[in-house]
Amino acid sequence: MPDQSVTPVLEVTSLRKEFGDLVAVNDVSFRVAEAGSMAIVGESGSGKTTIARMIVGLERPTGGSIAACGRDRSRPARSAADRRRRGREVQIVFQDPYTSLDPRQSAEAAIDEILRLHHGWAADRRRARVAELTELVGLDERQAKALPRALSGGQRQRVAIARALAAEPRILILDESVAALDVSIQAQVLNLLADIRDSTGVSFILISHDLAVVRQLAEEVVVLYRGQVVERGPTPRVLDDPQEEYTKRLRASVPRPGWKPARRARAGPEATAQKESGT
Amino acid sequence: MSAGPVSAGLTVTTPAAPRTRRLSGLRGTGVAGMVSAAVIALATVAAIFGPLLAPYNPNLPNLSLAWVGPGGGHLLGYDFQGRDVFSRLLAGAQSSMLGPLFVVVLSMAAGALLAVIAAWRRGAVDSVISSGLDILFAFPGILLAVLATAIFGAGLTAAAIALSIAYMPYVARVLRGVALRERSQPYVAALEVQGSSATAICLRHLIPNMTPLIVAQATIMFGWAMVDLAAISFLGLGVQPPQANWGVMISENQTGILQGYPLPALSAGVCIVAVVIAFNVLGERLFEQAAGR
Amino acid sequence: MTGPLLEVDGLTVRLDVRGAKRAVLRDVALTVHAGEALGLVGESGSGKSMTARAIDRLLPRGAEVDGTVSFDGRDVNALAGADLRRYRNQIAMIFQDPRAHVNPVRRIGDYMTEALRTNLGVSGSEASRRASDALTQVGIDSPTRRLRQYPHELSGGMLQRVMIAAALLTEPRLLLADEPTTALDVTTQAEVMAILDDLRHEFGLAMVFITHDLELAAAICDRTAVMYAGQIVEIRESARLHDDPLHPYTAALAAARPDIEATADRLVAIPGRPLSAFEAPADECGFAPRCGYARDECRAGLPEITELDGGLSRCVRAHELRGELGAPANA
Repeated sequence: MPDQSVTPVLEVTSLRKEFGDLVAVNDVSFRVAEAGSMAIVGESGSGKTTIARMIVGLERPTGGSIAACGRDRSRPARSAADRRRRGREVQIVFQDPYTSLDPRQSAEAAIDEILRLHHGWAADRRRARVAELTELVGLDERQAKALPRALSGGQRQRVAIARALAAEPRILILDESVAALDVSIQAQVLNLLADIRDSTGVSFILISHDLAVVRQLAEEVVVLYRGQVVERGPTPRVLDDPQEEYTKRLRASVPRPGWKPARRARAGPEATAQKESGT
Repeated sequence: MSAGPVSAGLTVTTPAAPRTRRLSGLRGTGVAGMVSAAVIALATVAAIFGPLLAPYNPNLPNLSLAWVGPGGGHLLGYDFQGRDVFSRLLAGAQSSMLGPLFVVVLSMAAGALLAVIAAWRRGAVDSVISSGLDILFAFPGILLAVLATAIFGAGLTAAAIALSIAYMPYVARVLRGVALRERSQPYVAALEVQGSSATAICLRHLIPNMTPLIVAQATIMFGWAMVDLAAISFLGLGVQPPQANWGVMISENQTGILQGYPLPALSAGVCIVAVVIAFNVLGERLFEQAAGR
Repeated sequence: MTGPLLEVDGLTVRLDVRGAKRAVLRDVALTVHAGEALGLVGESGSGKSMTARAIDRLLPRGAEVDGTVSFDGRDVNALAGADLRRYRNQIAMIFQDPRAHVNPVRRIGDYMTEALRTNLGVSGSEASRRASDALTQVGIDSPTRRLRQYPHELSGGMLQRVMIAAALLTEPRLLLADEPTTALDVTTQAEVMAILDDLRHEFGLAMVFITHDLELAAAICDRTAVMYAGQIVEIRESARLHDDPLHPYTAALAAARPDIEATADRLVAIPGRPLSAFEAPADECGFAPRCGYARDECRAGLPEITELDGGLSRCVRAHELRGELGAPANA
């Protein structure tokens, strides 16, 4: 179990987000320990992606607070230097490999841009670091120089991971980062992510709906339903022995050998009323 | 084991192979595009070197030769003041092309700037800019040009500025759509999360990804500006005679059409029409290319 | 024992890819009997969607088709006009993204009853009644109200149920479901899968269920076909697919998935990436470059399909590897 006496690398307290009348995130609190890995699990409308966006500053919380590396980031950054510093604390890898890279930039150029943004290094030092990063994520020379359109989905995600790591963040948010990948490629990228965590000690926050991926990559899990935390705990415990009704239903819905889908007595109000409002 | 919500339209198993790519650049615009480009190139050469290439003095009148037809080295004959028509066309290319160039550059620059600001900031800033542009939209270009010349006196500059103001909202509206689409792409969000400044992202990423559309829009607008400015000059509000200009030439020589000497006026008209069509055709092809991306 | 409802034999499809005609399906053969569900599993480039389109004759223009697709003994590619329309009424297709296949400016009722009214000449009120019944069967409440709604008023899961209901209205005999639940939440997916299963059994429908998810296919399909690089590499009883696969790719695919019940030290990843038919080597086993069991005989020529224990495999070493390919430490 992570040592709770040490300052957590991320602390979220009573986080709340409203979009007009809709309460997307309601009183969510959790903390992630240094070098820890936490998964936020939920379906559409759970608020998980909204939480991720608030942590990286793409959305502004309506209430509550977020502190990363001991510094509060509930309000927008005040200066360019402040924005850059936050970029060195928390980074994110998005879900869609086809739109998360600038189509006009090669992997090397994209990573180089990030290095120039954060460090005042000379060109050859940057080039060396770019080579280190592309090797770390398993891209060969041709792929590193290629434009995104010449790369497959899995290769593009590797570029996105390398770009995020170029800032040397303490926390890496993986927002459904493997959901759009083929099964065999997903396995490669999951192994890669585990290796990266081992070698750099970065903390992961995994946003996912896929419980098997969560089991593989995250030590702790928080289950969200309609913007609220319904259950939390170590991943094996929550998945093997769910306590809450929703968690049990989620767990029971996952196909596995021998699984047969069971129909609920009648379509409940949740199923018919739940609209994909986007998380 | 399942793959739950995936963003609308995204298939989990999209093949890795890149889509069929059309030829980019000029070759991708087809025969029509390339012919148009050639016509434009010719007009540009005339615009730059016209006065030097002209075989005869385009500005020296010789009334005894007025309306004389083609012959003896004068391909298109003489105009109403006995000046060589062909030389005058060549010399006139300069002001006929320069005016639209000015209009395009100014309106595209202003329009792009407003579009990017509106798209980047969104919300209230976007509403204010869009409303302002809508108001400007209400003024037809020619009307503004007439107003401008009434205030500042006749001449190319006033007319060109007025036209730029009239075109700018259209440009801004078209570019705003594209800018909004690019701005909401995850790669822009990734750069924001990195801490990159708005200016850096807009200049290095947003605008370059809008370039195909910007080029297409500029090309088509050149044609429109040319027609509008020729009309303004025809009305006597733009370029003033005796300066050579295709629109002015139509105006100066229009009496010849009824008198049986159509060549001077018509040849100027043909120049305008040919160049405008060339810009329209090339612009349309470039739009298709931009949309195919 | 009546003949198969759907029989695909030697299906090879070539499409225009980057200026040249390239194969996207190679020698695909499968059969579906009345009332039977066949799962079609594969990754990118496997050709699973293309196979469904070939069955429904929805291939892109300029596609070259070799081989046969027979429905009820008749060659599908030879059908035209009224015959083709009748055929299409007997096959219902459900897609991954319902919103892309429904006209957003027309009401649900219009969408559902269109085929009945135009193709089968059913009266408006009768068609609405049937549509209403169908909605109830897929578990949608207040059906008459729903018929008057527009697509944007329904969630993704509900819209997919509407698609299923609409598909059943023409009383098809075969359902082609192309990743129908991929874009849905896992709880909604379970619900929709259960509905499909129930309805299939109630109406005796045959089904081809396309997915990238091996476990999902195995859950409601009697048999599962696995595709790789435009070819069928295995067809097997779903119940035995996981424990006793007949092709190394099937085993590798199952092993690559993380297990919800245990954290693996390291996932067994297949090196390289999934290939399309035209990217894979043409005169050797398409999977050989990535296969841990590849030997010289695998590269000697395109492997044929062998029958083995009631299943089919395109692995030349299938007999040899029997027993070795089964579910590893995951169980």
